[in-house]
Amino acid sequence: MDKTKKFDLKKVLLDNGIIVLLMLLVIYVSITEPNFRSFRNIMNLAINAAPRVIIALGVSACLITKGTDLSAGRMVGLSACLSGIMLQKADAPGKVWPDFPQLNVWVVLLICMALCAVFGLINGVVISYLSVPAFIGTLGMQMIVYGIAQVVTNNVPIGGYRADYTAVTQGKIGGVFPLLFLYLIIAAVIFWFVFNYTRHGKYMYAIGGNEVAAEVSGVNVKKTKIIIYITAACMYAIAGFLLGGKSGGASTQMGNGYELEAIAACTIGGVSVNGGIGKISGVIIGVAVFELLKSALQFLGLNPNLQYIAQGIVIVVAIALDIRKYIVKK
Amino acid sequence: MAEYRLEMRGVSKSFPGVKALDKINLKVRPGTVHALMGENGAGKSTLMKCLFGIYHMDEGEVYVDGKKVDINNPDEALHNGLAMVHQELQPVPERTIAENMYLGRFPTKKVGPLQVIDHKTMNEEAKKWLDNVKMPFDPKKRLGNLSISQMQSVEIAKAVSQEAKLIILDEPTSSLTDNEVEALFRIVRDLRDRGVSFVFISHKMAELRKISDDITIMRDGTYVGTWEMKNISDDDIVKNMVGRELTNIYPPLDNTPGDVLLEVDNFTSIHSNSFKNCSFKLRRGEILGFGGLVGAQRTELMEAIFGIRHTTSGEVKLNGKPLNIKSPKDAIRNGIGMITEDRRGSGILGCLSIADNISIASLDHYVEGGVKLNNGKIEKLVQDNIGKLSIKTPSSKTLIQSLSGGNQQKVIISRWLANNPDVLIMDEPTRGIDVGAKYEIYQIMISLAKQGKGIIMISSEMPELIGVSNRIMVMCNGKITGEVSGDEATQENIMYFATQF
Repeated sequence: MDKTKKFDLKKVLLDNGIIVLLMLLVIYVSITEPNFRSFRNIMNLAINAAPRVIIALGVSACLITKGTDLSAGRMVGLSACLSGIMLQKADAPGKVWPDFPQLNVWVVLLICMALCAVFGLINGVVISYLSVPAFIGTLGMQMIVYGIAQVVTNNVPIGGYRADYTAVTQGKIGGVFPLLFLYLIIAAVIFWFVFNYTRHGKYMYAIGGNEVAAEVSGVNVKKTKIIIYITAACMYAIAGFLLGGKSGGASTQMGNGYELEAIAACTIGGVSVNGGIGKISGVIIGVAVFELLKSALQFLGLNPNLQYIAQGIVIVVAIALDIRKYIVKK
Repeated sequence: MAEYRLEMRGVSKSFPGVKALDKINLKVRPGTVHALMGENGAGKSTLMKCLFGIYHMDEGEVYVDGKKVDINNPDEALHNGLAMVHQELQPVPERTIAENMYLGRFPTKKVGPLQVIDHKTMNEEAKKWLDNVKMPFDPKKRLGNLSISQMQSVEIAKAVSQEAKLIILDEPTSSLTDNEVEALFRIVRDLRDRGVSFVFISHKMAELRKISDDITIMRDGTYVGTWEMKNISDDDIVKNMVGRELTNIYPPLDNTPGDVLLEVDNFTSIHSNSFKNCSFKLRRGEILGFGGLVGAQRTELMEAIFGIRHTTSGEVKLNGKPLNIKSPKDAIRNGIGMITEDRRGSGILGCLSIADNISIASLDHYVEGGVKLNNGKIEKLVQDNIGKLSIKTPSSKTLIQSLSGGNQQKVIISRWLANNPDVLIMDEPTRGIDVGAKYEIYQIMISLAKQGKGIIMISSEMPELIGVSNRIMVMCNGKITGEVSGDEATQENIMYFATQF
């Protein structure tokens, strides 16, 4: 009876091929480069990964409904620049908005989230009401947001942040546990709850599984998609705010290409580009594996340009393996 | 010259669990139009797919002009002079008429080292063949500008240009106006007089009378016979099409219809070739069947009631109260559920679990404190339904796509029962389901009717329609053409109303 459940090593390896391969690489690098597995490097990796997980969470919801969001990276950049501008010290040299009042850090975050939410709303409306493919709609938004960031900053790098901004982004609880990590955990828990314990989450999976059937079952497909794109945009705003503070400065180039890394990470983590499938744990694993890959390649002393090639191959292979699963299921 | 242009002898084809074709014969004389008739599902399309090598026939032989041929794909069929104009045309509307005619076989010429497409020759040739069928179109015009009937003519011209000796027309007139049908027939007659043979698949008796010389009738995948059209009456055609014994067994229909529950008044589609002026009443505790041929617009009418399609006029009343339904969500809120015809396309959420599939339409009932879903209660609902409808599954977490068709359908029925609707519309509820599961689904329907729910069932299987409906409305070409019940609910009567074009 249980023959169907027989452990099929080949299938498991193929279905998780990318993770298996990357873990082999990580193990190899850990052995040959002891620094790679040092506490310091691992902490560093974790801090780097935190904002990316937050972005990937937002993107994953879009992917699960068979959409995508290419405006993610540029929204991160805009939010980083805006947070920076609003949180420059009163006496910072070359302050962009010299007369801007000294607002509370969290108020600034909320302003950035509200602004990005508007862009997310537009994304959602364009995709669901105008039936523009998500790929095209958000590509347009990507350019628009980048343009806005250029206009707002005059294309000048921003720095000289207030201590409270630095504290909430670079601080560590008890001097050990990075606050960034705490934010990541909060975001992941909220997303996990929404994905698994709310109507919105169930509707999201249903739309990805079969949009027509979801509509017939009374799901408000348009509304659900719009909420997804708004939420995603808010996540990019948070990520931008954190990334800017963590780096102690921002430019419009910040976050460039992060949407593609987020999509790649989601796919590696088992979020299907065919929709309907994806778990929060997968998103986190995906980002972690992707960050490990980048770090491992650096430790191997690979030419940075070659690293891009390696990352590109990983993305294509990950999606090919994902599609393969889908074809088998049919 | 051989006696027959095309001869198919003893063609059989089985699919897992079904014998779709059982020793079918088809003999088409040169220069004649040969009608091929049979109910929905009689195997006409399957036979044609076997002829064109899209399906591989299990046994049987094909002769073209007396010569045995072995056809493995549509391309080889074409080399043997066989062409088909599909029911659903598959043209490229954005390209020109000539490009559509020469798609895949563009004439080329050499320009230096390059092989390029010879547009001049292509357009001239296309013009020549279009003139040949007396269709004076400009081959350089966009194909999409033509009407469907004109596109069909282009398809025929394309077939003729490929030197087809036999052209199969699969329900060519289903979406044409009377004038367009005349135009098509003119072309067909003209080519026939020049020696081209046609196989004409259609349900429309009057048209077949006008155009065909011979007729072959199929029923449930078997060969009934071939007649010269002038030697067979309309009544005999109908009898031969439906004349099977009712072998399926249905549960006793012991529900008693009560007061009027749902009133549908004067529904008319926004599309002129869809349903028009449809009115009917559904009683509490009644199973109301909807019969008709493919294309009768039954599905479209029901989908309009359910808020999927748009109407120019029409009113629905439930318990005497007018409803304003703009989307499925509105319909569900007002106590109407609908199991759609295309289970895969608009029913199942394939990559989700049975639990998610059952609960998706009724999540509103399981929200606590405004946000959180009570997954425990949902699981209880799911387990209840798995038990009540005896859904065969290892667990509620199993993906629905791994279940059999019958069990998938039970999951979809559960989805609607979870909302406890007053009216449940079931569009072809037993399509693609094995006999045992069909019986169970009939039992579920009858037990729902006994609970006082109104059930509308669209079915293309006549015995099923007669066996499980208290009353049957028959549609044809977008209109409700008749109503039968009791002793009048015979296959012949339904077929009569279903062909009132």
